[in-house]
Amino acid sequence: MSNLVEIRWHGRGGQGAKTASLLLADAAFNTGKFIQGFPEYGPERMGAPITAYNRISDEKITVHSNIYEPDYVVVVDDSLLECVDVTAGLKETGAIVINTTKTPDEVRPLLKGYKGRVCTIDAKKVSEETLGKYFPNTPMLAAIVKVSGIMDEQVFLDDMVESFKHKFAKKPEVIDGNMAALRMALNEIKE
Amino acid sequence: MSIRERLSGNEAVANAMRQINPDVVAAFPITPSTEVPQYFSTFVNNGSVDTEFVPVESEHSAMSACVGAAAAGARVMTATSANGLSLMWEVLYIASSLRLPMVMACVNRAVSGPLNIHNDHSDSMGARDSGWVQLYCETNQEAYDNFIMATRIAEHKDVQLPVMVCYDGFITSHSIENIELIEDDVVKNFVGEYHPEHYLLNREEPIAVGPLDVQPYLFEHKYQQANGMRNAAKVIKEVSEEFEKLTGRKYEFIEKYQMDDAEYAIVVLNSTAGTAKAVVDDLRAKGVKAGLVKPRMFRPFPGKEIAEALKNVKAVAIMDKADGLNGVGGPLFTDVTSAMVVNGVTDVKVVNYIYGIGGRDVRTTDIEKVYSDLQEIEAAGKVEDPYRYLGLKGGRA
Repeated sequence: MSNLVEIRWHGRGGQGAKTASLLLADAAFNTGKFIQGFPEYGPERMGAPITAYNRISDEKITVHSNIYEPDYVVVVDDSLLECVDVTAGLKETGAIVINTTKTPDEVRPLLKGYKGRVCTIDAKKVSEETLGKYFPNTPMLAAIVKVSGIMDEQVFLDDMVESFKHKFAKKPEVIDGNMAALRMALNEIKE
Repeated sequence: MSIRERLSGNEAVANAMRQINPDVVAAFPITPSTEVPQYFSTFVNNGSVDTEFVPVESEHSAMSACVGAAAAGARVMTATSANGLSLMWEVLYIASSLRLPMVMACVNRAVSGPLNIHNDHSDSMGARDSGWVQLYCETNQEAYDNFIMATRIAEHKDVQLPVMVCYDGFITSHSIENIELIEDDVVKNFVGEYHPEHYLLNREEPIAVGPLDVQPYLFEHKYQQANGMRNAAKVIKEVSEEFEKLTGRKYEFIEKYQMDDAEYAIVVLNSTAGTAKAVVDDLRAKGVKAGLVKPRMFRPFPGKEIAEALKNVKAVAIMDKADGLNGVGGPLFTDVTSAMVVNGVTDVKVVNYIYGIGGRDVRTTDIEKVYSDLQEIEAAGKVEDPYRYLGLKGGRA
């Protein structure tokens, strides 16, 4: 399964990492892929470190374990860099994308010698400018799509309009802000 | 034409329930099965089903309400996990011995204690002798398909037994994966209307259900019940063949994966079978003749079919996601090995692995270890210790 892409999300309870992983699965599904989206369930508490996963492939996926050697890692909260081994098993041909105000060169020393691509994005800035509140998961969703190249950006944006219409059927006023967050995030990634 | 979707196992089963539109659903929430009645209650609320939804105050009451409704003549469903199933215990036996068809989603989770909400098979394996038909599911697709077929199996006049559709908590219940759904009207036609032969609400035929059954009668009633379970095999086959014509998806008593010329085999239930298939593919690419047997049902037990599938292998590992706590091995191990002996398969080396207890993740590297052990067993010509633990920290003392 050479076309299999495995992604691991690190976030804190309440930041929407699980939701982002499910939205990514949705978007990839809509481009015809086989997908898995699943969180690692633990004692869930607001603020506690959580992990979620995606597998995306052109072929049927049968493996049902967690992901130990991901192609990509998304870090939704940079305070996790101090307490979670976020690059564990991360392939050097892959990449890590981190929500932080720092530059890739500034965070690389925290990544235990990881030699692959390091990308950063200030998801707080993106979120506050477009949504007026801090919801890091929407910008991070766009960031991983851009960094991984798993789908065409325009196809992704078109698809997300529909997903948000469904997800926010009861509060359509937030759809435009979320779309703006995605578009802005695609241009705010530092590498 | 099927409908391409992506759903979690619980969403898939709730949708099967919606399409079947049962008369009564009685349930009490417990992780990880909670979502099934939760999603289903939204279908009740928005009018897409006309089911009488009974939100009871405990699982004992849930199963009791199911028994009452089924005895009255209703098509009945429920869902539970772990300690919820434990609390249903006494009524599970009443449902099966009164020959009341019903379908339960058993979302497999470790039974306390200590408290653990994660996946293993200690709940449904504990209920293996309660007289319920048990189907096991690798994926959300199989959970959905088996749930639909279970309705027909349970209600068949030669069976008339409750059916438990078992799938792995969180791993299957909460993961979003691709699935092919069947159109609503096709499911409706497939399951048909339920017309029980005898039921309490039939005023033309006043009957009593569940009265005192003393020495001259209970033995014969239990024999009839056992016959219902024996007949279930034939009915499962018929219903599955009809289902295949409808969907193209083939379901047999056991799934054999790369078994034609296999020398080393694993027997395993549910989601781990998928992980093991990926390992089989890798090993085959390296020239190792690895194979896999996945029982789709545990009750009735497909002993003859499993023994037949294993008769030419050199060594087999039977994997249990529930410890037997009997000093000799897990429940799948003891049943498979006895079926092998009864069917004359005695030249195969057998070993048992207890694995994945309390949600311990099962990795491809764990399965690789099992196949590697099987090769060592074959080389050594003997099994040093057939009752083993896979991924146990520190190993066995």
